[in-house]
Amino acid sequence: MTQINSKIPQGPLADKWTNYKDHQKLVNPANKRRLDIIVVGTGLAGASAAASLAELGFNVLNFCIQDSPRRAHSIAAQGGINAAKNYQNDGDSVYRLFYDTIKGGDYRAREANVYRLAEVSNSIIDQCVAQGVPFAREYGGLLDNRSFGGAQVSRTFYARGQTGQQLLLGAYSALSRQIGLGKVKLYKRYEMVDVVKVDGKARGIIARNLITGKLERFSAHAVVVASGGYVNTFFLSTNAMGSNGSAAWQCYKKGAYFANPCYVQIHPTCIPVHGEFQSKLTLMSESLRNDGRIWVPKKKEDAEAIRAGKLKPTQLKEEDRDYYLERRYPAFGNLVPRDVASRAAKERCDAGFGVNNTGLAVYLDFAEAIGRLGKNVVEARYGNLFQMYEKIVDENPYETPMMIFPALHYAMGGLWVDYELQTSVPGLFAIGEANFSDHGANRLGASALMQGLADGYFVLPYTIQNYLADQIQVPRFSTDLPEFAKAEKDINDRTTRLMNIKGKCSVDSIHKELGHIMWEHVGMARDAEGLKEAIKLLKDLKKEFWTNVRIPGEAVDQNNELEKALRLADFIEIGELMAHDALDRKESCGGHFRTEYQTPEGEALRDDADFSYVSCWEYQGEDKDPVMLKEPLDYEFIVRQQRNYKN
Amino acid sequence: MDKDINITVKVWRQKGPKEKGRFETYKLDNVSQGSSFLEMLDILNEKLISEGKVPVAFDHDCREGICGMCSLYINGHPHGPDSAVTTCQLHMRKFKDGETITVEPWRSAGFPVIRDLMVDRYAYDKIIQAGGFVSVNTGGIPDANSTPIPKKNADLAMDAAACIGCGACAAACKNGSAMLFVSAKVSQLALLPQGKVEAARRAKAMIAKMDELGFGNCTNTRACEAECPKEVSISNIARLNREFISAKLQD
Repeated sequence: MTQINSKIPQGPLADKWTNYKDHQKLVNPANKRRLDIIVVGTGLAGASAAASLAELGFNVLNFCIQDSPRRAHSIAAQGGINAAKNYQNDGDSVYRLFYDTIKGGDYRAREANVYRLAEVSNSIIDQCVAQGVPFAREYGGLLDNRSFGGAQVSRTFYARGQTGQQLLLGAYSALSRQIGLGKVKLYKRYEMVDVVKVDGKARGIIARNLITGKLERFSAHAVVVASGGYVNTFFLSTNAMGSNGSAAWQCYKKGAYFANPCYVQIHPTCIPVHGEFQSKLTLMSESLRNDGRIWVPKKKEDAEAIRAGKLKPTQLKEEDRDYYLERRYPAFGNLVPRDVASRAAKERCDAGFGVNNTGLAVYLDFAEAIGRLGKNVVEARYGNLFQMYEKIVDENPYETPMMIFPALHYAMGGLWVDYELQTSVPGLFAIGEANFSDHGANRLGASALMQGLADGYFVLPYTIQNYLADQIQVPRFSTDLPEFAKAEKDINDRTTRLMNIKGKCSVDSIHKELGHIMWEHVGMARDAEGLKEAIKLLKDLKKEFWTNVRIPGEAVDQNNELEKALRLADFIEIGELMAHDALDRKESCGGHFRTEYQTPEGEALRDDADFSYVSCWEYQGEDKDPVMLKEPLDYEFIVRQQRNYKN
Repeated sequence: MDKDINITVKVWRQKGPKEKGRFETYKLDNVSQGSSFLEMLDILNEKLISEGKVPVAFDHDCREGICGMCSLYINGHPHGPDSAVTTCQLHMRKFKDGETITVEPWRSAGFPVIRDLMVDRYAYDKIIQAGGFVSVNTGGIPDANSTPIPKKNADLAMDAAACIGCGACAAACKNGSAMLFVSAKVSQLALLPQGKVEAARRAKAMIAKMDELGFGNCTNTRACEAECPKEVSISNIARLNREFISAKLQD
């Protein structure tokens, strides 16, 4: 059986990264000019990697599906970015950030990766400030911090409610500088549709020009995938409409392992669904839980009256409200991690205490904060979020509590990578949300931005050189090689097949059906029976898609429906793999909750003896079951405990 | 309370940059006022697909007002009749039962139409590439707190940095000027010590690129500010002019 080699450096935890950098191979400046690197994606990870690699002297080809690299979905991250600066003198340290992240991930991440993440977190803040990112500041001119879920310190740096935007624009500005200097060649409105291997190594991609519809070939010495996560499998999520799992999925089909696909995050504070034409869900930043208090009515009859529109939440007396997070988790209160908060909301709604006319919502109330701090302070902290809420829901959150409900938000799972962020295909790297590496079974708030930028600015530009040092004798590849021709033909065939179906169902209607199956059976609470049912339903849905989808227009042309169809074909298969992985993991951990495995209090029941591994799925071919390999997670440095946010 | 409304949508259809465009008129019944404007277009496209027709091409992505991808001219206003929102944040409750809604792409020399409602805004990226950055490489940076920045300046920089690069400012301007966009970036960086070092070079390079790309001049009509979904203030244009003049004086 294939052994998984994660290439973790030897030595004490705190020295591993330094040791690695001290001994890795480097590429000298003259040789860097002769090496080309493809970076797919321009989000925090992709843009920061493309810019940093170009600054070092490599030639970079950078691809994005949007009309500008500035629009990648990292831009929508609201709350903040963690770093272990300890500017607040509240006891933070690299070790504590590492520990909180490992614990938050329910002990399903690699110690060495997470420690490295915490270690480089401080440099990210320095870097961003130097780029002109306007982080929030105190009157003394120094940087301000706030708290996020799963931490007892204030280590989150923020730029109003638009931290992702500001960090991405920082990375975009660095990238733009390199594009201007000619070191990065940008391909906008291009979508990677396959990765090309030559002699077992990743040597290029096929990309579809989204304006002309033509397929184009690109070769390079290494390929870096920074294409984000796959939670749009659920149709409704907080991801952008274009966010998709296809680039990563093509890597999987070319031999890269897909790790922990069942670990997806359901974010507790999103605006509830309003109707069947809903196209996406809007996140309300986790930072709101710093001052907002979450509650539902204590009495069922009050909840019923509210649902029927006969009672307003503001009319309910304090003693008739159940602040269930503060009740269940006194130590962390409203700032428990996301998976815990989401499940608690679902538990209350399932029990009949939900609000909104659907019964699928809970309150996030700022009345106490406005009384304590004044409306001005609350407005300064969250003004843009309150405005966003009011525009969507048509209610004023300064006067009546917000309504929120959990929604799909982030994929912890993704392409398996080793310590060097290299997939199981040599020369193919994955960074940011596209990989699986740092968040275990649950990601803490404000850690996605940290990981994306850590990978792109400070990790990949080092580790990729350890690979490229052996490639300096390799001349540039011609894209006329048979491997490129075959990859292009395969995609052409697939596209032609799709266009020729001429069925009755629109792409979106099938995608919505996929979303229903996933939410029902592979969502917040899973069990063996439901997962088996999901696998069966997904098989049927796949058949329905490949026999009954209708795609108008032409294949070789701008064609949004075809773009969506190509992505949906992959989403259905990703959904199947998620269900297989969730079925296999007979324990509850982080975002993966199997109802069969819970404590009497309803908390997740981990099984370290049997499931302390990364599940690495290996593709075996069309319609064949994938094979699962296990990367054991040996905890050398910390002792695993049941996650406790109660005391 | 939101209810369902019947509407008529007049949509600009144009097959390619060089093709002749025209308005097509569609009727939509029972559209929930709780839907967003783009969800209304989704419904229209689903209808067109079911009728065997080609759906309307329009740009959109995050659908929460931050990516800047959506770019529709609705009833004569970039991003429609509501204030301080992008098209994706516009809701159908801003429209009345029986209303006819006209939807066009950005109309500006700097933004050629690609198809239907999609336009090419790469000119804005080119302006940023000309100088909208601080020239620092990754790594070797002093501690983030080594340079205190007055909160007021940081806040003003953030106000300017809120720009999402959607292009509504140039689309709203009768001169097709990109001054609000350029001034937002120049201001953000000029207000911060990190950006001060190359402030003069930046202002000159970005303005030169803007002129080269065919954007018009500013005549202070303030249409850009009125239509900006992020309420970026034209006081940034005043700051850009100061930066530009002082850069020229240094020549």
